[in-house]
Amino acid sequence: MAKRIEAVGVTAYYGAFKAIDGISMVIEPKSVTALIGPSGCGKSTFLRSINRMHEVLPGARVEGKLTIDSQDIYARDVDVTAVRRTIGMVFQRPNPFPTMSIYDNVVAGLRLGGVRRKSVLDDACEKALRAANLWNEVHTRLNRPGAGLSGGQQQRLCIARAIAVEPQVVLMDEPCSALDPISTLAIEDLISELKNQYTIIIVTHNMQQAARVSDRTAFFSIDKTGDPGRLIEYAETAKIFTNPSVKKTEDYITGRFG
Amino acid sequence: MSMTTLTNSPQAPLTTSLQTRRLPLWSLISIGVGAAVVAYLVFKIGGLLDAGWVLTIVGAVLIFLIVLAVVSTVVEGGRSARNRVATSLIYSAFILALLPLVSVVVTLVNKGKTRLDGTFFNNSMRNITAFDSGGGAYHAIVGTLEQVGIATVITVPLGILAAVYIVEYGRGRLANSIRFFVDVMTGIPSIVAGLFILAFWVLIVSPHFSPTDKPFYSGFAAALALCVLMLPTVTRSTEEMLRLVPGALREGSYALGIPKWRTIARIVLPTALPGIVTGIMLAIARAAGETAPVLLVAGGTPDRNFNPFQGNQESLSVYIYEQASLASKYGPPRAWTAALTLVALVLALTVVAKLLSRRTKLNQK
Repeated sequence: MAKRIEAVGVTAYYGAFKAIDGISMVIEPKSVTALIGPSGCGKSTFLRSINRMHEVLPGARVEGKLTIDSQDIYARDVDVTAVRRTIGMVFQRPNPFPTMSIYDNVVAGLRLGGVRRKSVLDDACEKALRAANLWNEVHTRLNRPGAGLSGGQQQRLCIARAIAVEPQVVLMDEPCSALDPISTLAIEDLISELKNQYTIIIVTHNMQQAARVSDRTAFFSIDKTGDPGRLIEYAETAKIFTNPSVKKTEDYITGRFG
Repeated sequence: MSMTTLTNSPQAPLTTSLQTRRLPLWSLISIGVGAAVVAYLVFKIGGLLDAGWVLTIVGAVLIFLIVLAVVSTVVEGGRSARNRVATSLIYSAFILALLPLVSVVVTLVNKGKTRLDGTFFNNSMRNITAFDSGGGAYHAIVGTLEQVGIATVITVPLGILAAVYIVEYGRGRLANSIRFFVDVMTGIPSIVAGLFILAFWVLIVSPHFSPTDKPFYSGFAAALALCVLMLPTVTRSTEEMLRLVPGALREGSYALGIPKWRTIARIVLPTALPGIVTGIMLAIARAAGETAPVLLVAGGTPDRNFNPFQGNQESLSVYIYEQASLASKYGPPRAWTAALTLVALVLALTVVAKLLSRRTKLNQK
């Protein structure tokens, strides 16, 4: 299921503005990798370039090489929808489709991707909701609007929606920043379970969260506003948080800047 | 001794009371009644400014506002007084804005009900002279339905697709210029749309469809003219609604590997649907009320003509125009009933459309 992602010299632009510069890192399968760093340092940009969501914005483009199990994601003959089906994404704010029920939300990716069979959809829905620890809470009201759930439930619904299409990598862009501590805990537990099956990359502003859930941590930073973000240090989470080898990382971890 | 000096020492109170004096309801009512009485005595009985009812009511409102401001300032203080005056002004403005609307509906129903009978809905004006009391608007109702129906069928897909292009696909100069011209077209006078279709369709194109090679009027030409008027309204309102759909929904859909066109068709458009329907209904209502272009290119006729592609056709608004200016005492009542019918038709359409667009919004499934 899970796949290995390799970035070599990934540079991303918004129009003329260079947002990240020469990011190179290897992300191991079936692990949780956390991206941390101050605001504007390009963590989300890097995350979005992994499943080609960066280019959705007008004028945005990516240079460099990104491969998933040595297949080039940005090759000319690559179907962008296939990339996104392989590499799912969960956003900062829960964004369930407002016109759809809980059920329709979960199976949206399958149904709009061409799956018609009711039994297949039903199975996928239950499986995804169970995996997202949401089944027990919503299985009696699958026909109700997805937007009627609480914020934490909505975010788990979005995670269920992302894993219903059976991706191999799940990208999470600050999935807990709009949630209360209890919902955050639920999502963090979920992340630890999901990593048995998926490769997970999570952007977070919460360093405790990075320390709790991730196996490896990448620290991004910028020199000053307007400069592109760079990868400063990438190592085992334990090493980053206890014995970082770069002074800047240590300063950030201990709260001396950022 | 020292205790007393401490307690008696001049100190600002630590807490100010949260309660203030309020004017009781009866005082407001009596100010209102008083203002009405004074205005009645001064303007109506006293004959100041030769006033009729309208000026009396305006005077009563003004007196009420002034007295209220003074009393409230004295009793409750300046902030409350401003609040009360502003509230009263807002209510007055609301009632003022509602008056013409209510007046129109009441007048329509009152004058329209005299000819609200079976004859009206089952007959055309064929062989009805100025001395005949019968006659109806059957042919006009059918004409309006056909013309507006054809115009809607042509306009809605075009308008929605144009808006989708502008919002979702259009980049750069082309999209901007299209948006600009849509804006310009929104302000086109309807007679110009009629003249355009007269010159283009009736005079140039229609002879090619005629066995005698002569230009001819038709309901379809009227529908085309209505299209010109409806298209910018539909496009513009759809565009606004699509812009309101959060980008996060599109991104959420893309991230599931759903292609762009499917995202638009299944996520974006359904989310914007209620607003789009409202825009379409506004366009239909406007088109149904257009007289000049229909008169210009469909000609109008007292006879039934259910074929929109051949020959003169009537519409309700043209019918109203004709009957209202008819030199017969039977004309104006027909015009009123036709007007009532037209308003009822638009109202019914709007209600149905609103219900339909709400039905698709979940819950029942």
